[in-house]
Amino acid sequence: MTDGSQRGDSERATAPEPTRRQLLGALGGAAVAAGAYGYGTGSREAEQLSDSHPASRAHVEAATAVADAIYPQSVAVDESFVENAVFRRVEPTPGHFDALVETIEAVERHASARFGASVTGLSPGTRRQVLQSMNVTAVHAMPDGTTAERVRFYLLNDLLYALFTSPRSRPLTGIENPPGHPGGLAAYRRAPGGDE
Amino acid sequence: MTDDIDRTPSDTEVCIVGSGPAGALTAYSLARRGHDVLVLEAGERLERADHHRRMEMWLRPNFDRDAFWREDERDAFTSTGDIYARLNETRLKAVGGTSVHWDANTPRLHPKDFEMQSRYGLGRDWPISYDDLRPYYARAEREMGVSGVDDNPYGPPRTAPYPQEGFPPSYSDSLFAEACDSLGISMATQPKAINSEPYDGRSKCLGYGVCNACPSGAKYTAEVHVRKAEEHGARIVDQAQVLRLENDADGETVESVLYATPDGTTHRQAADQFVLACGGIETPRLLLLSDSSQYPDGLANSSGAVGRYLMDHPSVTTNAVLEEPTQQNNVGWVSSRSDQFYDPGAAGPGSFHLTFDNTARSVSGGAQSRKPASTRLLGAVTSPTLSALADVATDPLNETSLGDSLELPTTDGPPYPVSIRGAGEMLPRAENRVTLDRSKTDNHGRPVPSIELSDGAHAQRTMDHCLEVQADIMAELGAEITSVSTLSDRPMSTHHMGTTRMGTDPEASVVDAQCRTHDLENLWVASSSVFPTSGANNPTLTIGALALKTAEHIDETLSSA
Repeated sequence: MTDGSQRGDSERATAPEPTRRQLLGALGGAAVAAGAYGYGTGSREAEQLSDSHPASRAHVEAATAVADAIYPQSVAVDESFVENAVFRRVEPTPGHFDALVETIEAVERHASARFGASVTGLSPGTRRQVLQSMNVTAVHAMPDGTTAERVRFYLLNDLLYALFTSPRSRPLTGIENPPGHPGGLAAYRRAPGGDE
Repeated sequence: MTDDIDRTPSDTEVCIVGSGPAGALTAYSLARRGHDVLVLEAGERLERADHHRRMEMWLRPNFDRDAFWREDERDAFTSTGDIYARLNETRLKAVGGTSVHWDANTPRLHPKDFEMQSRYGLGRDWPISYDDLRPYYARAEREMGVSGVDDNPYGPPRTAPYPQEGFPPSYSDSLFAEACDSLGISMATQPKAINSEPYDGRSKCLGYGVCNACPSGAKYTAEVHVRKAEEHGARIVDQAQVLRLENDADGETVESVLYATPDGTTHRQAADQFVLACGGIETPRLLLLSDSSQYPDGLANSSGAVGRYLMDHPSVTTNAVLEEPTQQNNVGWVSSRSDQFYDPGAAGPGSFHLTFDNTARSVSGGAQSRKPASTRLLGAVTSPTLSALADVATDPLNETSLGDSLELPTTDGPPYPVSIRGAGEMLPRAENRVTLDRSKTDNHGRPVPSIELSDGAHAQRTMDHCLEVQADIMAELGAEITSVSTLSDRPMSTHHMGTTRMGTDPEASVVDAQCRTHDLENLWVASSSVFPTSGANNPTLTIGALALKTAEHIDETLSSA
């Protein structure tokens, strides 16, 4: 057993509350769960991305706030980028989006309990502190690991995957068309000055 | 897995085991001639969206790239030789076979590859010549949609134009071209089964840069000919794991194959003709598993050659840096190659080809990978290099930096990366072989394949020569060499050849010039396993050409019956 999983086991023991979708399933209604996490009913934030997608607008907003904190300042972050590149991509494995939503809610719970606000209401620096104090920055990404390992796997790495498969990462990597993004044919012959 | 697909046997003339390029092209070629064809495939059928999923798995280090298809118990193997076999990183069991994640490079073999014994006293001659296979090469290029340019002065002879325009050289190719010119080394366009224009109902390449998991459909996979075979009435049954073949009482013919389906049922499929098309490892394994009183050492193995003469392609790479930008990682494929050293003209260092990378210093994986602190600590203790110790001392928790301190892998410089890869030939040697490991069994209790492979002196000499040429090019380019990968500790390549070799002598080979087994009149092999020698070029186009030729012979046999 690694140090990370030992830390995580104790974390799990202190955070057994059901997830939002577990509440939805158990109580048979959206109002209780949505109200419990402040997403409201009938609001824009409570709006699901689609009938079959587990994420709501509030999840996209929270993930965008986290992206804003983990990406370098030179990278412009907006909600539509995060929504399209993370939430509306082909789901990589069954249940991935469910787990992503759960980890966003875990971060939100921690932010509310320790820092007194949703991540969207905190500064980028404080959002990084949220992740650090959850131990997310010091663990290995594990899809079935501790809370911190899962946040790292589903939330942080989804956001990093979105960044490094986007030309937005160009100033950071020097690659005009990064692997995972269509457009290499227009770039691979180009000389550094821009001519073929 | 539960689904409502009918996987029970059906009446058929031809039963093919495996749906990679060999099986799919054979199935298509026979089905369009009006024959009843059934294909049994051990793996699953993938959907279009699955290729997007595979791309993400390819780019994310915390996903297993082979998780999409691998079943640990079904696909277990043993590796006993100097070279680790790593089968489950390279082959792929799914409808379409390993072509689902191949690089799609499609050079032909050279005439000399068919005449190694006559020309150099090495290996074996093929019972067919380059000229015999030449029309089938041209057909295979059309079927797969090969893009290329007839600009290779050291390439094999050809008259038929490539079906598609080739991709022009990359920016970094232009840097290499100057150095190669100075050294008198000729560069040429790399032919590949990737669309440079819309072809056969498939998209042109969009430049995702992740060819192994191409999500656009521009890269040819055998799923194309599975689909076409089905359009001509062939039946493809996925998740049908063939357990053994059964011969008749006289040992003259195969009567049936036994296969298992996910519901736990074992079925018996009869046919007039049987084709094994399950690659260089599973084809000999299946024959060895199908022993009988007539064939106590394995079906079609009266020669003792089944499983022997295993070959792959040894490769070496020289990595270097330049002070000027090199524009790497915009596409995933190679655009230029050199065949200058393919035909050495006399016995000595053997054949190799060079490819000039467009993906030097790969950035796949981004900033996601993070090892647990305990793993890093253990690594530093067991391998106490200065950098490992300093790394652990300055960052004991292996903390990830976020925000402006986020570290993304980069090809930015100076210096900027370049690399050259070379792949060469391996001679057939009886001790390199696939056998059965009876101490370890798969999901049906059958012995797993055991792979024993080592390079031998010829491959070592050949690749030493290749490294010298790579160093000369880097020196002429003014690049500083940063690392070299040699044959030492190399894993097995993706190409598995030779284990049911073709020949005229039934005592020294498994199949004849038509790829029909010497021992059983209705058993054929469509696979790189029939290659008597490996050549130095990627085998898939040759596999496709041989499959089209073999299908003609099967058609003639069925038509004359």
